[in-house]
Amino acid sequence: MADCNSKRLGSVAGIDRGGGAFHPMSARRLLLLGGIGLILVGMLFGDIFAVFVLHQNAAKAGESLSSAARAAAVGDARAVALSFQAVGSFLENRGTKVDTHVHMIAFGYLALMLAMFEPWVELRESTRKQLAWTFLFGAWLLPVGVFLIHYVGLAYSPLQAIGWASIFADFGGVLVILASLAYLFGVARHLRQPERTAPEDGLLGDRCAAGRVLFAGGLALVLFGFLQGAYYAGVDLYRHEVLDYSLLSEMTITAAAKNVAAVDTAVGEYGELAGEKAVDIAAHAHAIEFGLLAMLLGFFQPYVRLRESWKRNWAWLLLLGSLVLPVFVLLELKLGLLAGGIADVGGGLVILALLAMWIGIVRYTGEIDAGYVSMGARG
Amino acid sequence: MSAARRLLIVGGMALALLGMIYGGWYAVFAEHQELDGIGRSLAASFSAAAGQNAAAAQSALEQYRKLKYDYDRHVDVHGHWIGLAMLLIVLGIGLDRVSFGEQVKMLLATALAVGSFLFPLGVLLETLDHGSVPRALAVAGSALVIVSLAGVTLGLLKSETGN
Repeated sequence: MADCNSKRLGSVAGIDRGGGAFHPMSARRLLLLGGIGLILVGMLFGDIFAVFVLHQNAAKAGESLSSAARAAAVGDARAVALSFQAVGSFLENRGTKVDTHVHMIAFGYLALMLAMFEPWVELRESTRKQLAWTFLFGAWLLPVGVFLIHYVGLAYSPLQAIGWASIFADFGGVLVILASLAYLFGVARHLRQPERTAPEDGLLGDRCAAGRVLFAGGLALVLFGFLQGAYYAGVDLYRHEVLDYSLLSEMTITAAAKNVAAVDTAVGEYGELAGEKAVDIAAHAHAIEFGLLAMLLGFFQPYVRLRESWKRNWAWLLLLGSLVLPVFVLLELKLGLLAGGIADVGGGLVILALLAMWIGIVRYTGEIDAGYVSMGARG
Repeated sequence: MSAARRLLIVGGMALALLGMIYGGWYAVFAEHQELDGIGRSLAASFSAAAGQNAAAAQSALEQYRKLKYDYDRHVDVHGHWIGLAMLLIVLGIGLDRVSFGEQVKMLLATALAVGSFLFPLGVLLETLDHGSVPRALAVAGSALVIVSLAGVTLGLLKSETGN
């Protein structure tokens, strides 16, 4: 496979001529480093959440549902209501953690896409920089606000149903939308120019080995995720929906008949069903998200200032982790905690490779700052 | 920019916009109502069971089933439209790496764009009509996406082995 070191100088020059897009503190650099940073922190948070919170929280929610069913079996309506309040609290705790993880990563993807479209944005560089800062500020504020919802609650809130954490999170979302709309306005301005020329961008024309590996591997991962999703939709989805209803129905019928043993059996089966659904959806979503991430990162490989062999190694490591995580998440039901542990290691590999690329991009930027490009980069 | 690339990038942006507008509408006008309803009907069902009122428990559970069915699909539509839109844009940017003629690329791009629109639309229509037509639309849309994505992968493989 050909490497791109021999073409690097040309590519860099091409990128620079195409709008001075990667100068120190440029909008593109801010979005790229900030975007990868968001994805890194979002993934790290997701891994910590999966190891220390997710399973424990699911167990507590299951216990509360079991308590509700047992309370129904002994005819204690007040205890039923209290148990459902507890289920609601556990689900809110879990939901806000998942939302924090998902929004950080999704905003990171959006930042990478905006960075890619930089040359098409017909706005002054100073305006683009302000927009990039605004976007990144909002992209951090929303997930941090969402994370705090469970802990802050309605304390000192001027509103009856919405707390300060939600207000700040919504404000962050508004900032992201405004910055994205301004970028869209810039692209529309470029397209409306009667004598517009296609912007030069050496970045998209580059064919680094690492970039090609990431693009092709990412596409294969997306296809794998789609096939797994189609299998889930065709074989399990409707069966799961029927089971969800029938097990809850069994719980209430057996509770009304005061058959505690049958209630416990139904609650146990309901927990297994929840686990089955969770792994199917997580495998589908992670394969596609990692695939898309690999494809996006493939375009930015010319900015990764590492030795070519190391760039390829990190690319393969990212793809390996991206495959290991969804495959072993799927195997969790058969292999139990061992598969869960291996899946977490897969997530760790993706984080490690992403961190290496982020460092490579920081190093590359430093060289541009110093005003030279060396061909003998160290990995 | 070739017609196939333009279709994927512009189509992707339009689909992302559609997904966000739909998500905004859903979050404001439907999501909280559905979630409240799911929680309330489930609690009502267990409370009725505590009072040994099996009929009321079943009736509340039936309401839970309908709301959960709609809620899952509404969330899926939002997520899939935006996710597929991002994929269309990224594929549009990288389409010149695919080693096929312009006609084949246009065919693949059209199938991807149409499938990406139809698949979540079919899922959305399932909340309005439980018959086989919306389900068939969703299956056809997802099949179009998968087949055309396999085609793009093949084209990329062809170009890589050519290198």
